[in-house]
Amino acid sequence: MNELKRKTENGSVEAEAEAVSSEQKAGEDSGLGLGVLFFIGAFAVCFLSGWLLFPSLLYSKKEQPLNFNHALHVDEMGGCDSCHYFRDDGSFAGIPTTESCMECHESQLGDTEDEAIFMKEYVEKGKEVPWLIYSEQPDCVFFSHAAHVIAAGMDCVSCHGHIGTSEKLRPYEENRLTGYSRDIWGKNIWGIKKNPWDRMKMDDCADCHERETGSKGACFQCHK
Amino acid sequence: MKIDRRSFLGLGLGAAAGVAASPMTWKLTDDISIWTQNWPWTPVPRDGEVTFDNTVCTLCPGNCGISVRKIAGRAVKIEGRGGYPVNDGGVCLHGISALQYLYDPSRIKSPMVKKRDAWKTVSWDEGLALAAEKIKSLRDLGRANTIACVAGSGEGTIAGLYRRLLMAAGSQNFYTMDSMDKTWKMLIAEMHGFDGTAGFDIESSDYLLSFGTGFIEGWGSPVGNFMANSSRKDRNAKLVQVEYRLSSTAAAADQWIPAKPGSEADLALSICSVMITENLYDKDYAEKSGKNFDDFAKLVTEKYAPELITRTTGIDVPKIKSLAAGFARAKAPLAIAGRGRGDAAGSMMEFAAVHALNCLAGNINKKGGFWMTKDADTMIWPSLVMDDAAAKGYAKAAAGPGGSPDRLFDALTSAGEDETPVEMLMVYNANPCHTLHDAGTVRSAIEKIPFVVSFSPYMDDTARLADLVLPTHMFLEMGEDIHGCASSVKKVTALSKPVAGPLFDTRHPGDAVIMLAKAVDGSVRASFPWESYEVAISEVMGDTWDILAKDGYIKCASQPPAFRPGVDFKLLVGYDGPPAPLGDKKKFPLILVEMDHMRLTSGAVASSPFAVKTVPDTILKDNDILVEMNPETARQTGVSPGRMAVVETPVGSARVKVNIFDGIMPGVIAMPGGLGHFGGDNRYIGGKGVNVNELIGPVIDPVSGLDAAWGIRARISRA
Repeated sequence: MNELKRKTENGSVEAEAEAVSSEQKAGEDSGLGLGVLFFIGAFAVCFLSGWLLFPSLLYSKKEQPLNFNHALHVDEMGGCDSCHYFRDDGSFAGIPTTESCMECHESQLGDTEDEAIFMKEYVEKGKEVPWLIYSEQPDCVFFSHAAHVIAAGMDCVSCHGHIGTSEKLRPYEENRLTGYSRDIWGKNIWGIKKNPWDRMKMDDCADCHERETGSKGACFQCHK
Repeated sequence: MKIDRRSFLGLGLGAAAGVAASPMTWKLTDDISIWTQNWPWTPVPRDGEVTFDNTVCTLCPGNCGISVRKIAGRAVKIEGRGGYPVNDGGVCLHGISALQYLYDPSRIKSPMVKKRDAWKTVSWDEGLALAAEKIKSLRDLGRANTIACVAGSGEGTIAGLYRRLLMAAGSQNFYTMDSMDKTWKMLIAEMHGFDGTAGFDIESSDYLLSFGTGFIEGWGSPVGNFMANSSRKDRNAKLVQVEYRLSSTAAAADQWIPAKPGSEADLALSICSVMITENLYDKDYAEKSGKNFDDFAKLVTEKYAPELITRTTGIDVPKIKSLAAGFARAKAPLAIAGRGRGDAAGSMMEFAAVHALNCLAGNINKKGGFWMTKDADTMIWPSLVMDDAAAKGYAKAAAGPGGSPDRLFDALTSAGEDETPVEMLMVYNANPCHTLHDAGTVRSAIEKIPFVVSFSPYMDDTARLADLVLPTHMFLEMGEDIHGCASSVKKVTALSKPVAGPLFDTRHPGDAVIMLAKAVDGSVRASFPWESYEVAISEVMGDTWDILAKDGYIKCASQPPAFRPGVDFKLLVGYDGPPAPLGDKKKFPLILVEMDHMRLTSGAVASSPFAVKTVPDTILKDNDILVEMNPETARQTGVSPGRMAVVETPVGSARVKVNIFDGIMPGVIAMPGGLGHFGGDNRYIGGKGVNVNELIGPVIDPVSGLDAAWGIRARISRA
């Protein structure tokens, strides 16, 4: 009944349908514009978060237990190998133990606050300093310093950069997911490196090996 | 403007494109893959400097030198010690897995007292006070002689301290576990009038005639023997194995002589008779400088001629004759006895019959022969302070005569209700509830003792029955003096040293006994003037200490002793065969024997989880032990391979699985030793198989007074 009435008042059903459809078309055009706007907005937010916010969320920043002046020690001691030496069996000692620091620092030598902390907290208590190692590789990787430094004659800077001239220890950044140091992936979140020491991922090892030896090497050379 | 479906589509697409154009996806993909490859909860061992510490393994009497690899001071691996006289870099599977003993879950972490069948942790002071109080009260009651101690071996300063504690308290009840070394020692005293230790120069011998020894299955010094066996072909040396089953030694031998079980001594005497009849013996040594040779010759030629014993032994006449010829014509023939691993005393008569071969060949104190070496008297003990109670107690005879723990527990078992021959028992470096024959009866005997103190590092079969546990360090955590090397001519005096821990609230066994003596007070305290074990050993070892502390070991001369004690055949003239196994032949038609396997320990300490895992499933399948039998025995008894069966003997019974093996003589069933330990919290060793010593009863040797059992009469039926 109602439908019949409407039909008689407003003309044919087709006419009504036509009117609705033209209205919709106008609405469609404005919807598309809004869609594009949303697209651009979402793109911008995600793009910028991915580049700017994500890295600061992915890595936590940790301060070293105390500051260490590499430049000063290199001046006093000579080369890197005065403290980061090879043991008699050819294995690499890595970060010096408190005991080896005490060869010089049996008592306080300078007047810095950091040395005072070192003496009080570690030398006197006979504890090891829980240094956070920037270049620490995971346990699944076997790496021989002797093969690179002694056999291939590489210098420390090739992989570790100019840490020897630094006066302060920068904060250690730890990947919240993997627990790795940020230095392994590199500071650049896209993984782009300018210097050989900017990244220490497997591909970086392989690149250098391919360049220097003509082969990327086999899996078991490092993953034993 | 209206927000509709397309707006959301735009939002979604924009977000996806934004994320894709940022490094987030790629970086997270990489990180997630890394995360899955290095689970953060997987423990990573600490890295650090690699160092090696040398010490001596005391898991068996072989006493090999071992080198412990450490990273940042933590022991991570055990290797053989190169250049060490006993093993020169070699090591057995028990030695390499010794770190599992260090971290064993059944380690006792602090002193414990048993109260109403539950363990209660106490301090060392409380524990020592409890033990000291018991010693004091027994001494006050004039019953000092009822204090007893069972130790693994009598060698070394630690055993010396325990023996001294007993003497100072006033008791003769100090016992050490039986082994073939005890029998050899008694034998050379009897046949050569020589007080010293027997040694076999196996690596220079060119004809080794082994009477049932597990020459490459843990007998004597296992690693030294592996090496001697490996070089056999190069040295052109022959190995002949007399054994009723095809053991690993028999399989490796040049000739296998399957003599019937129990007839080995008869076979040895028969070979003697051929050597005498055919003039194949060293007349100068055996006849001219020997005593009672004629009587011995008469006995063997009349009663043990090959024709007469071929029935008893199952070995035909030509074979016996060829054995005699082979043995006598060799440059350096050597006959050895001590069944299996040699950690049972064995029959003195059997040893004597075998040793008669060495005497007839005259290969005594010669290269590649049988050596008798004087025990180096390196220890100087200060004089003992004995008060009245001690003197009175010490004047009373020991509960078990002859120093054999079997006799002690026998005395306890046969004691009446109101008698208590032992009021207090101390157990050090021994596990009598597992290693002694008829272990079930030993357990009941120990349960009868009012106060038992265990010094074991592990909650083992004996420690679990103790009233007080004063846990000592395990061998990698302590230093001690080590004397000789079982049955080898390489007599090394060595000093072991701590290479790890201590991980728990344990004490050095030497310190524990010194602390206990000091807690007893009075004359007992006065007999222990040292502050610690370290002071004690440095004073007691005298001049030797300085060399040991500097070099770690002293190797004695590798040349045979210059003197040659003569031989007296008197013991053999009265030969009437070794004691027969227990049991009635009609009720128990079969013979059950213990079979030693290199991969299973048979001493106080159970095999490590690693060693248990290496055992083939013809010995242990899951938790079931397998007994070995000939197909004919299986057919006669109606048991089937792989199926459960029940073995019964006069002293016990056990459920076992059946393993059919053509290499074992019909009528004999062999059961592996070293299983069925109480593992405490160590579920990798606890409850694995059955202890063969639960089924074999002791047979006291009429000559030595030690346990001579090597088997027992048995029957088997379907379970």
